[in-house]
Amino acid sequence: MAKNKNIPSAPPTHFNVTARILHWLMASMILTMIFVGVGMMTSLTWRPWLLNLHIPLGTAILLLVIIRLINRLSFSVPKMPASVSGFQSKAAAGLHWLLYGMMVALPLTGWAQLSAGGFLIKIVPGVNLPPILPENPFLFALMHDAHKVMAWTFFLMIIGHLSAALLHAWVYRDGLFSSITWTRKTITRSENLLPGEQSNDKNNVGNERVM
Amino acid sequence: MKKNSLVTYLKRKRVLLIVIGIALISATLVLAFAYTAGLFGGRITTQTFLQDTPKTYPAGYRRAHGKGICFEGTFRASGQAVPYSIARVFAQQNVPVIGRFSLGSPDPYAPDNSTRTVSMAAMLTADDGEQWRMKLNNEPFFATRDAEGFLKQMEAYKPTSATGIPDPARVAAFLKEYPEAQKYVEWDATAPWTRSFAGAQYNVINSFILIDANGKKQAVRWSMVPHAPFTSWSVSQREEASHDFLFEDLKKRLEKGSLYWDLVLTLAEPGDPVNDPSQVWPENRRQIVAGTLEVSHVFDQTKGGCRDVNFDPTRVPKGITLSDDPVLAARAGIYSHSHSDRVREIGYGKATDAVGKPQKETSRNK
Repeated sequence: MAKNKNIPSAPPTHFNVTARILHWLMASMILTMIFVGVGMMTSLTWRPWLLNLHIPLGTAILLLVIIRLINRLSFSVPKMPASVSGFQSKAAAGLHWLLYGMMVALPLTGWAQLSAGGFLIKIVPGVNLPPILPENPFLFALMHDAHKVMAWTFFLMIIGHLSAALLHAWVYRDGLFSSITWTRKTITRSENLLPGEQSNDKNNVGNERVM
Repeated sequence: MKKNSLVTYLKRKRVLLIVIGIALISATLVLAFAYTAGLFGGRITTQTFLQDTPKTYPAGYRRAHGKGICFEGTFRASGQAVPYSIARVFAQQNVPVIGRFSLGSPDPYAPDNSTRTVSMAAMLTADDGEQWRMKLNNEPFFATRDAEGFLKQMEAYKPTSATGIPDPARVAAFLKEYPEAQKYVEWDATAPWTRSFAGAQYNVINSFILIDANGKKQAVRWSMVPHAPFTSWSVSQREEASHDFLFEDLKKRLEKGSLYWDLVLTLAEPGDPVNDPSQVWPENRRQIVAGTLEVSHVFDQTKGGCRDVNFDPTRVPKGITLSDDPVLAARAGIYSHSHSDRVREIGYGKATDAVGKPQKETSRNK
């Protein structure tokens, strides 16, 4: 991220390294987390084991998303490709902020649910997070339902996000997907470069629907 | 066809293939999610265990062992378990306990003479903040080796509509699949029914692992062994007993003074069936009195306290961990659904009787 110089005239072609690492790390963590979460609500055998994974993993996601948000707000990000309309671009940006919101809200509601239910929030045996809500049936019910509804919604949002990202990567090939990867694909961006400059791949731009 | 349009066509075709590919990836993930959530596939999930809860089940009550009473008490450790586990409860002088005595019937309005199963649930909170939750029954062992067996047992013993009694062929088929359940059937037919919560021994049934300061593991089961003598009753006494006989008896006894149970740990030896709750361990296994539970008073569960506590036996403190007992693991999810179902009803104000609010319809058969 330190390498990323935010020169206004030349927006970055890629998300900064911190963003890219966090994106893929958290993508794998979150996808794991969702399956752990839904699995522990059904499994006859693995619930205790999955719960022991769910809480520390959720805590890690909460910590990482804070770093990620700080990073996101501190550095400029690639612009959308020229082919993406203004409306689509705004919608994508809105969805991305919603995804960030989910990453924050899900660990918090999980934590709040356990707190309101009077459970220990066990990171490892003997190490527990403090409760963030008093024990209360209404708060438990609310947090329990919020956690569930948001988790299912989040999963569907991730599926949408993934589909859109793959569409950009494989069909539009507009560089949007590569802005979150380490490839140096040439793209057309909204503040277009002169045709001759396209070989300068450091100047490729794409925002992408991925975080 | 012109060459140009053919190329366009092929390009489109490839796009179509890619789009189908992406749709397949997404659909696979969605299906994997739906399967994991138990939405299809028909596998037995922890939710399956609560599917028999009728729609008319009174809101806010526990789905199993619905009729109960909260207790408060103190656990005083003897120190004898300290060499086996670093759990703070085994060393601490006075550990506050919140618990619950309950009747085995799912019906929260069941008469006390309707079941032989009585339970004690408890949560010990040590001064290091660690909680030890347990749910103990007066049965000495579980009927089947696994949780699926419990479902099959329920299914097999359901009275048929034609005769009003279980279908002998289905019972026989169940016992063939779960021969260990025969032992339970015999116990159920012969063992005396307890006439008091106070004189009953409550057994953990599942196995756990104690962890000592060096990380050494010791498989263990435990029981709450009463100081009060066991009392039973004749069939006629039982049939004539009042609707709330056991609970009234408990209250009366506690008016005179506290009731006590010793927490007795039974240590497994190599080869003992740790992962099978239907098998008891040999009689000569070493036993340790880890401490004594004093139950000082009881109060109505409508007042809260134990009402909203999930006595999930897998929530153990540091120094105790779970064994590979499959019934123990299954209880975690089942208890969780029962807990969130009823606490949601209470939280959203749907519960009436369970929280002591007057009921509109007089469906109580008291």
